[in-house]
Amino acid sequence: MFKMILTCLAVVMTLSAAKAEPLRIELDSPNIEPLPFAAPAFIAETAGAEQYARDLASVVAADLQGSGLFRAISQDAYISQITSFESPVQYADWKAINAQALVTGAVSTTNDGQIVVKFRLFDVFSEDQMGEGLQFVGSTNGWRRMAHKVADAVYTRITGEGGYFDSRVVYVAETGPKNARLKRLGVMDYDGANQQFLTDAQAIVLAPRFSPNGDRVIYTSYESGFPKIYVLDVASVGRRVLQDQPGTMSFAPRFAPNGQDVVFSLTTGSNTDIYRLNLDSGQRTQLTSSPAIETAPSYSPDGTKIVFESDRSGTQQLYVMDANGGEATRISFGQGRYGTPVWSPRGDLVAFTKQNRGRFHIGVMRTDGSGERLLTASFLDEGPTWAPNGRVIMFTRETAGSAGSSTLYSVDISGRNLKAVQANASDPSWSPLLK
Amino acid sequence: MKTLTKVALLTTTLALAACAKSPFDRSGDTAGGAGAGGFDNGGISTSALDPNSPAYFSQTIGDTVLFNVDQSTINDTARSTLAQQANWLTTNPSYTAIIEGHADEQGTREYNLALGARRAAAARDYLVANGVADSRLRTVTFGKERPLEACSTEACYAKNRRAVTVISAGVGS
Repeated sequence: MFKMILTCLAVVMTLSAAKAEPLRIELDSPNIEPLPFAAPAFIAETAGAEQYARDLASVVAADLQGSGLFRAISQDAYISQITSFESPVQYADWKAINAQALVTGAVSTTNDGQIVVKFRLFDVFSEDQMGEGLQFVGSTNGWRRMAHKVADAVYTRITGEGGYFDSRVVYVAETGPKNARLKRLGVMDYDGANQQFLTDAQAIVLAPRFSPNGDRVIYTSYESGFPKIYVLDVASVGRRVLQDQPGTMSFAPRFAPNGQDVVFSLTTGSNTDIYRLNLDSGQRTQLTSSPAIETAPSYSPDGTKIVFESDRSGTQQLYVMDANGGEATRISFGQGRYGTPVWSPRGDLVAFTKQNRGRFHIGVMRTDGSGERLLTASFLDEGPTWAPNGRVIMFTRETAGSAGSSTLYSVDISGRNLKAVQANASDPSWSPLLK
Repeated sequence: MKTLTKVALLTTTLALAACAKSPFDRSGDTAGGAGAGGFDNGGISTSALDPNSPAYFSQTIGDTVLFNVDQSTINDTARSTLAQQANWLTTNPSYTAIIEGHADEQGTREYNLALGARRAAAARDYLVANGVADSRLRTVTFGKERPLEACSTEACYAKNRRAVTVISAGVGS
C-alpha cells in the first residue's frame, strides 16, 4: 500500500460578481439531470508527466460520468485551453459550452519515482472556486487511485456526501460452464481496473467479504473438500482456516464492524444456524437456535444488530435480531422470498435479493421493513454489496441456459444507472474508502 | 446355437452399456468396455458388474436420489434407492461414503448451501435408519455450485436437486 500525502494549496479566493445558485446535486431528488462538466487534460509540469496528465483527467471524467450524476462535455467543444494550473479561469468560455463544473489539475513527477497531483474545482456559473485546491503525492503505480481521489473530492463537494471511487471490490472470478465452473478470488478497483487474483482455482471459493478496514478478506472455500471459512490477509495473501467442529460445515461469513468478531452459518446435521466467533479468543457463540435455515447474517454499522434470512415461517424471509442473538423480528412481508440482506453503511437501509414469480430482484427497504423498492429484475440477480457511501449497490447477474455466465453489475439506490462492471465474476464485496 | 448365445450376450452387454450411460456415472464405465468390438474379439465375459464394487453401487443401484423444489423430503423412488444403498453398505463394511447435497440454480447461494445440507442429511438419516453406521457416513453440501445439468429448464433443474452417495474405500476415514 502506498501512502498519499494530502496538503492544501494556497488558494486565491475569487470574489464572484454575480451570485448564481451554488452548484449542487441533491441525491435524494426524484429526477436528477446529469450535471455537465469539463475536465481538460491536466497540466504536465515536468517532462515525463504528459501521459499521466491525459490519463488522470480521463479517469476523473470516467468516474464522474460513470456515477450517472455528471455528463462529461467533449474536449472538442472546449473554447478555452488550460495552459497553466495557476492562470485565471476564463469563465465565459466555459459558460458558453454550458460546463457547470470545471475540474483543472496538474501533475509532476519527482526524482524518487513519485507523482504529485493537484486539482481545483470551479463552479463556472458562480465564477467561484469550490473548496480548496488539493494535492496528492504517491507512487506512480498508484496514479489511478489519485484520479479516483480527485473524483471523490469533486463528488463530495457537489453532492455533499462521501464518494466511493477510491475503493476496491473483492469477488469470485469464474471460468468454464455452469456444471464445471472454476472459481477463484479476485480483487479489482471499483471500476473493474487492476484485476488481481488472490487464490488459484483448485477449490470452489464463495462469497468473499472485506474486513471493515479492508486489510482482510473472509470467505468460504472447499479446499478441504468441505465448506469451511478462511481469513486471508490482503497484503501477504496468507490465509488461515477457522477451526470448526468435525462433521460440521460453515459458510456465509461476514465481519462485525469491530473487525474482530465474525458471524457465519454453521450446519450440524440438517440444521443451519448463525454463530459468532471472536477471531482473537476463538470463543464461539450460537446466536440462533431454530430448526429452520438461518443464514446470510450482516451487522448494522453500529454493531448492535444483525439482519439475516430464515425460513422459519415456511419461506425465506428477513429478520433483525440483537447482535447477541435472542428474539428476532421479521421485517419482510411482501410477496415472494427474501434473502442475502446487507445493512447499508449509512445504517438507513437493508439491501436484499428477492425471488418472486420466477424472477430475481435486487431491492432495498428501510431497516424496519417499510419502503420496499425493487431496483432490478432479471433471470437471476443476487448478492448485493454497498458502495462505501451507501448510494450504489453492486451485485451478481447470472444469465440462463448452458452458456449462461455471471457478470457484476452496479445500480444506484434509486434504480438508475444500471451497468455491467466485470464479466465472468460473482459475489462482489465492496471495500471501505481507501486511505 | 453358438451364434445365438453370442447374440444374447451382446444384448446383455448393450443393456449394461446403456446403464453405464446414466448421467450419474462418476466412476468410469466398467461394463461397456467391450463396446461394438466385443463381438469380434470375444471379450464379452467382462460384462457383469461385481455386485460388491462401487461401480455396481453407482450404476446398478444408483447413487442419486432426487428432490422436489425447495424440499428435502425422501420420496418413494428415493426410499427404494436408499434402501438398496443401505443394503450394499451393510454388505460391504469396508467402504465409507460421503453424501453430497445439491440444489438447482433457482435460489440464493447461501440458502442453497443450507438446502443442500438438508438434502444430504435426509439421505444420510435414511441410510442410518436402515442399519448403516453413522460413523461411516459424512455429508457435504454443494448448494448450486455443482449442477449436473447446465440448462435452465425444469428438466435440468429436476436432475440437479439431488443427493449423491459417493463411495470411498477405507473404514473410519
